[in-house]
Amino acid sequence: MTLTRYLIAGIFAATAVPAVAQDQSSAQLQPEGPRESITGTLSQDRTVIAVPALATPAVMTVAGLRTDSLGRQIAEVIAADLERSGLYAPLGPGSVRAISMAEVRAPQFADWQSRGAENVVHGFVQASGTGGLVVGCYLYDTALGSELVRQGFEIQPGDWRRAAHKCADAIYSRLSGEAPFFDSRVAYIAESGPKGNRIKRLAIMDSDGGNHRFVTNGQALAISPRFSPDYKKIVYVSYLNNRVRVFIYDVATGSQKLVTESGNTTFAPRWSPDGSQILYSMAVGGNTDIYRISANGGTPVRLTSTPGIDVGGSFSPDGKKIVFESDRSGSQQIYTMNIDGSNQQRISFGGGRYATPEWSPRGDLIAFTRLGGGEFRIGVMTPSGGGARMLTNSWQDEAPTWSPNGRVLQFFRTSPGREGKSSLWQVDLTGVNLRRLPTPQDGSDPSWGPVLP
Amino acid sequence: MTIRKTTAMIAAITMFAVGACAKKAPEVLPPAPEGTGSDTGTDTGTGVVPGSQEDFVANVAADRVFFGFDQYNVDAEDQATLQSQAQWLQRNPAVRVTLEGHADERGTRDYNIALGERRANAAKNYLSSIGIDPNRIQVISYGKERPAELGSTEEAYAKNRRAVTVIIGR
Repeated sequence: MTLTRYLIAGIFAATAVPAVAQDQSSAQLQPEGPRESITGTLSQDRTVIAVPALATPAVMTVAGLRTDSLGRQIAEVIAADLERSGLYAPLGPGSVRAISMAEVRAPQFADWQSRGAENVVHGFVQASGTGGLVVGCYLYDTALGSELVRQGFEIQPGDWRRAAHKCADAIYSRLSGEAPFFDSRVAYIAESGPKGNRIKRLAIMDSDGGNHRFVTNGQALAISPRFSPDYKKIVYVSYLNNRVRVFIYDVATGSQKLVTESGNTTFAPRWSPDGSQILYSMAVGGNTDIYRISANGGTPVRLTSTPGIDVGGSFSPDGKKIVFESDRSGSQQIYTMNIDGSNQQRISFGGGRYATPEWSPRGDLIAFTRLGGGEFRIGVMTPSGGGARMLTNSWQDEAPTWSPNGRVLQFFRTSPGREGKSSLWQVDLTGVNLRRLPTPQDGSDPSWGPVLP
Repeated sequence: MTIRKTTAMIAAITMFAVGACAKKAPEVLPPAPEGTGSDTGTDTGTGVVPGSQEDFVANVAADRVFFGFDQYNVDAEDQATLQSQAQWLQRNPAVRVTLEGHADERGTRDYNIALGERRANAAKNYLSSIGIDPNRIQVISYGKERPAELGSTEEAYAKNRRAVTVIIGR
C-alpha cells in the first residue's frame, strides 16, 4: 500500500495563502487552557463543517473508478470520520451542493457561512496519468475566509479510502489540536453462530470498518488478536488442534508460527510498542503467569511468580513498564511492573474487580474493564491509579483498545441472554460520544493499531 | 446445581433407557469399535461401545463437576463424581481423557481462560490423587467460549462453571 504525500501547490499555479493569515487563524483556533483538559461536546456545540463532494478537473475512469464518483465517496468518508469523532457536525455531500474545480482554491465563503458552516472542506480528485490518482483537500475557515490546512496524496486507486482518512486526520488535527487517528486499522474477532458454539474468526478492517477482510476461516476458535505496530503481523490465540496457543500470523503470506514451543496453554498476547517483544500468559498446572519473549523467538523471560492468576498486560509507550492484572489479592486487580518483572505494585483500589488494562499510546492513562454489580464497564485512570472514572454503562462492555492518539477507545459490548451477541463500539474520553462500529457479523476483541505512515 | 445420583441408580436407569432404545432399529449404525476393542472384553449388546464417551457417561455419576463463582476447589460432591469417573477409568485403563475447564460469562475473556485452567487442573489433580495416571489426562480451558447453558441467569452460570471429562480415545 503506497500513499505518497503530494505537494498540492504544484497542481495549481502556486498561489499560496499568505503565511500571516494562516498564523492568525491558527492562533484563534488554539484551544485555551491546558491541553490535557477534556470536555464533553454536546451535539449543539459541535462545529459545523461543510464537506461537499470533491471536484474533478476532468471525469476519468481509473481502475474502474470514476473520478467524479470518487470525489463524492471520499467526501462521504471524510464527513463520516468527522461525525464519528463526536466533535463536529459535518454537512456531507448528500446535504450540500457540489463545487466546481475553480472553487477548490476560491471558496464562496459567504455562501457556506449562510448555510451555517464555520468550516468548509474542498478538494479534488484527478487521474495522475500513471494509473494512479491525485487527491487534494483543503480546510477553510468561512468567517476568516482563510485556508487552515491542506493535504495532497498520490495514491493507487484502491487506496482512496486512505486518502479520505488522511484528509479527515488533517482536518481533525488542525481543529482539535490532537494527533491524528482516522488512518489506522483494527484487528478483531468476527463472531457468528449460536452462543454455545460460536464461530470466531480473525478479521481486519480500517478504523471506520472499511476495507473489511476475514483472515481465518473459523475452523479453529480464534480470540484476542493484536496488530503488530507495523501492521505486518497479528499475534492471537488459536484453538487449532484443540490446544490453546499464541500464534503470530503473517498478514502478507497468510502463514503463521507459534510464539513459543510449549506443551502448556499460552494466551493473552501483546506486542511491545516497537514490535520487538511479545508478552503472553502461560498456564502451568493451573497457575497462570506472564512471560516476555522476543518476537523472533528465543528463551522466554518469566515476569510474575505469584500463586494467583497473573494475566494479560500492556506496555507503556516508552516500553519501560507493563500494566497487567492479577488476582493475588483475592480478586482481579490492576498492577504495574518494570519490564524485567521488578517493582510490582497494585494501582486499582476502587470497588469491584479491574481487568484488561491497556496503556494509552500517550502514556497518560490506563484504560480498563471494571466488573461490579453484575456489569462490565469501560474506564480510565492514571498510571498511578488516580482519577479513575467510568466512560460507559451497559450490561457488559469489555476489553478497551486505544486509538493511536489516545483520545478514543474501542471495546466490545455483549448483550445478555440466550441470544446474547457482541458488537464493536467506540467512545471518546468524555464518555459522551459513543458509537457502534459497522461490522458484517458480530464482533469482539478489537485491537487498534497506530496511524499509518 | 444439578441433582447428583448415585452411580448405581444412574447405571440402572441408563441400562433401561438404552435397552428401550435398542429395540428400535437405529437409523445410523454406531461406529465399529477401533483398535483392540473393549478393555472389559465384553460387548454389552446395547450398542454402547465400551470405553466410549457414551459408555463413560452411562456409568459414572456425571461427566462434569461444578464450581462456585470465581472458585476452583473440588468439594465433597465433586469428589464423589470424580471417584466414579476414576473407577470407570480404572476399568478402561487404555482410555485417555481431556478435562475441559469452563467459566461463566461474568468474567473477562483472558481471566476466564486462566480460571478454566485452574478448574480443569483441580479436577485432574484430584483424579491423579486417587490413582489415575496424570499422563492419561489432557487439560484445555475454554474460558467463557463454550457455555453449556445459554441464559444469563444464576442457574445457567452455575452449570457453566464446570470441568467436563471427555473421552479422547486410547
